[in-house]
This record gives sequence, C-alpha cells and structure tokens, in this order.
Amino acid sequence: MSRETEGVTASWEVFLRPRRGLSHQHVGSVRADDADMALEHARDLYTRRGEPLSLWVVRSADVHAASPTERDPFFSNARHKPYRYPEHFTPLTGGGDHDDDD
Amino acid sequence: MVDTAEAIVQAAGGAADGEAAPDEEAAALAAHFEALLRAGETVEPRDWMPDGYRRMLVRQIAQHAHSEIIGMQPEGGWLTRAPSLHRKSVLLAKVQDEAGHGLYLYAAAETLGVDRADLLDALHRGQQRYAATFNHPALTWADTGAIAWLTDGAAVINQAPLTRTSYGPYARAMRRVCQEEAFHVRQGYDLMKALCEGTPAQREMAQDAVDRWWLPAVALMFGPPDTLAGGADARTAALGARVSAQAIAWGIKRHTNDELRQRFVDHCVPQARSLGLTLPDPGIRWNEERGHYDFGPIDWESYRGALADDSHTARRRVAHRVAAHEDGAWVREAAAAYAAREDAPEAAL
Repeated sequence: MSRETEGVTASWEVFLRPRRGLSHQHVGSVRADDADMALEHARDLYTRRGEPLSLWVVRSADVHAASPTERDPFFSNARHKPYRYPEHFTPLTGGGDHDDDD
Repeated sequence: MVDTAEAIVQAAGGAADGEAAPDEEAAALAAHFEALLRAGETVEPRDWMPDGYRRMLVRQIAQHAHSEIIGMQPEGGWLTRAPSLHRKSVLLAKVQDEAGHGLYLYAAAETLGVDRADLLDALHRGQQRYAATFNHPALTWADTGAIAWLTDGAAVINQAPLTRTSYGPYARAMRRVCQEEAFHVRQGYDLMKALCEGTPAQREMAQDAVDRWWLPAVALMFGPPDTLAGGADARTAALGARVSAQAIAWGIKRHTNDELRQRFVDHCVPQARSLGLTLPDPGIRWNEERGHYDFGPIDWESYRGALADDSHTARRRVAHRVAAHEDGAWVREAAAAYAAREDAPEAAL
C-alpha cells in the first residue's frame, strides 16, 4: 500500500495538457487524500483559465528520480560525443542547406 | 520588522562562515552554487545551497504565501455585498485567485524542506508574518477597488522581477501569479472608474478609499526603506540595505525596496489623474531632473507604531484564519477516512 504516513495528506504532482499540440506538462503539486480529490484540487488550482484538454495527477511518492549525487556518471553518456551533432561535420554545399531547419 | 531583518543579516553572515569550511567538497559545492548565480541559471530544489539562502527563501516565500491567504479577507468580506452580480463574479474570481496564489507559494516553500502545515502553524501562532497592509479594515465597497488597484498594483511591481528570481520553484510560482495579477489590478481600476463616473457620493467614497489605502500600499507593500533615509529612519534604512544587498547578491531580489516604490509611484500618479482622484500626498510632483515623481517621506517609526501586531484588525485577521482552519478539521478528517476505507480503489494496491 502506498499510503503516506498517517496524518499527513499525500502530495500529488499535476500534469496539464493546456491545449492541442502540446504534451502534458508538469505544472505543480497539490495535497489530497485520494486521486479523485487530487484531480478536483488540481482543476481548481491549475485550470481557472484557458481551455485545458486533459489533467493527470501522480502521487509524488511514486515519482522515481535519478539521484542528483550521481548525476555526472548517470548522464555521462551524452558527454564528449561531438559527432552526435551536425556541426561536427562538413556543411553541405551547393544544393541548399537541407540538413538545416532554418 | 527590524528584529526579523537583524536575524536575516546574522543568518547570512553565519552561512558565509559555514562556506569557508576546510572541507574541499563543501567548497566545491559552494563554488558551484556561486557559478549558477553568476551564470543567471536557476537554483533547483536538489542543488546544494547555503543555509542562509534557504532560510531567506523560506521566510520570504512563507510571508508571501501568508499574505496571499490573509489578503483574501478584506475583499472576501464584501462578496455578499457586491452591488451587482457581475461585480460579485469578478470579486469571487479574484479572491479565489488569491487562495490559488497562496497554494502555489506553499508548494514552492515545501521544495525547501519545510511542511506547509508547519508554516500555517507558524502563521497561526504569530511566529511568521504577512503583509501588514492587510491589517487595515476594508470599510466600504470602494475599498475593494482601491485594494485591487493599489495593493495588487504594488504587488505586480514587486513580483514581476521575482519571475526571474534565482530559486526555480519560486520563479515558476511567480510567473503563474503575475499572469493572474494583471486581471486583479485592471478590475480594481475599472471598479474605481465606475465609481468616479457615478454620483458625487460614489466619487467621494472612491476618494475616501484611496485616502486610506495609499499609504499602506506605498509603504507596506514594498517593505522598509533600504537606500537613503535620514533622521529616525537611518538605522532602519541601513539594516534594510544590508538585507537587500544580500538578497540581491543571491539573486532572490533584483531591485531595492525603494527602487520598486518609486516605480509604483510613477505608475500611479497618471492613473489617479485619469480617474480624477487625488493621491493623499502633497509632496507628489514631477521632478524633471530625476525623471520621476517626487513623493513625501514616509514616517516609518510612527507608522509602524500605529500598526502594532495586536491591533484590532490584526487580531481579527489571524483569529478568522485560525477559525477557518479549525472549523475545517472535520472535512480533512472525513476526506482521510474516506480515502482509507476498505473498498477504496487504491487500497487494492
């Protein structure tokens, strides 16, 4: 059972899809005893304006995060690999920059 | 207020001593923190931060959150007496926003390792403060307009730079708050305009509200002086300057209280003129040389004396908050019992 310590209302992370074309985005958190109440609180707190499309709540305790103290080794995969970027290579010439979004 | 400021300066000094610890790892963490600030990057919840920085943020965010929810009271009292359904809907939306702003800010404070229940407890015990502006009573309907135009207007000027404050969760909460605050100011100005275009009695009511809310807005919404002040206020200003300097060094604040106060006056003078209202300060006049409006000095010492924490309205504000909390206990208990019932969907997990 994932219930929090007795007497402390659980924290829920709130994800909102504010409009078409966007994914759900983390907008903040609410405290609530169960998922239905968390959704209602999240609606009252984060959707007072606009025309939101969808709302998710997830227990904060159920979010698993990479440890900040191991951040460097954990994300080392991205480092020292300049060849993963187009700028590492000779630009295309002559026929227009079709490798470039601009 | 001075005592609190003193404690902050000492805490800041203490944290600086802590940073000088011989431990190499601690020095590296401190260097990383300083580098983030220099680069204009945000500090995020799981980053290392000096104790003084954390304490200053907890104090500022908690005071801010408390001000939002206590600030619901002066206007909330007029909800059932609004002169039209339209004005009532608008006021209800505004007061609901203030509750929301409080919640954004309590959530931001919780990322610093404190619990909102403890913050509320400190508010209820009088151990943490809220803006003393709200210890003034809202005596007439026009007060709801003056509060929104002037104190929310002051809040916008204070808060716009806070959207770039160095602590990420606080900056994000402030972005959300600022988007909504613009509506508060506009509807307040609109309400004042309607009164000013009404009967002589309505105009008089509008002027009376401005007479009473101008000083609370210009003085209390920006805090104590923190640049130059003479006479009895010199010590307050010197202390304020030290607190502000530390807050600016840490990227928590971007401007001094006095800079923001001047910006507020510069905004309000033309707005009051177009409403046909007089701001109750004979010292207000355009200063060509400075490119700003001059305004009369605020007599901080006597003003603070008149606003002691045990004033009738202050006691009423906190008592009302405590009563709302205690009267709501059965709702919280019922919600917890309902969630814990045997056939709750989550009980199967």
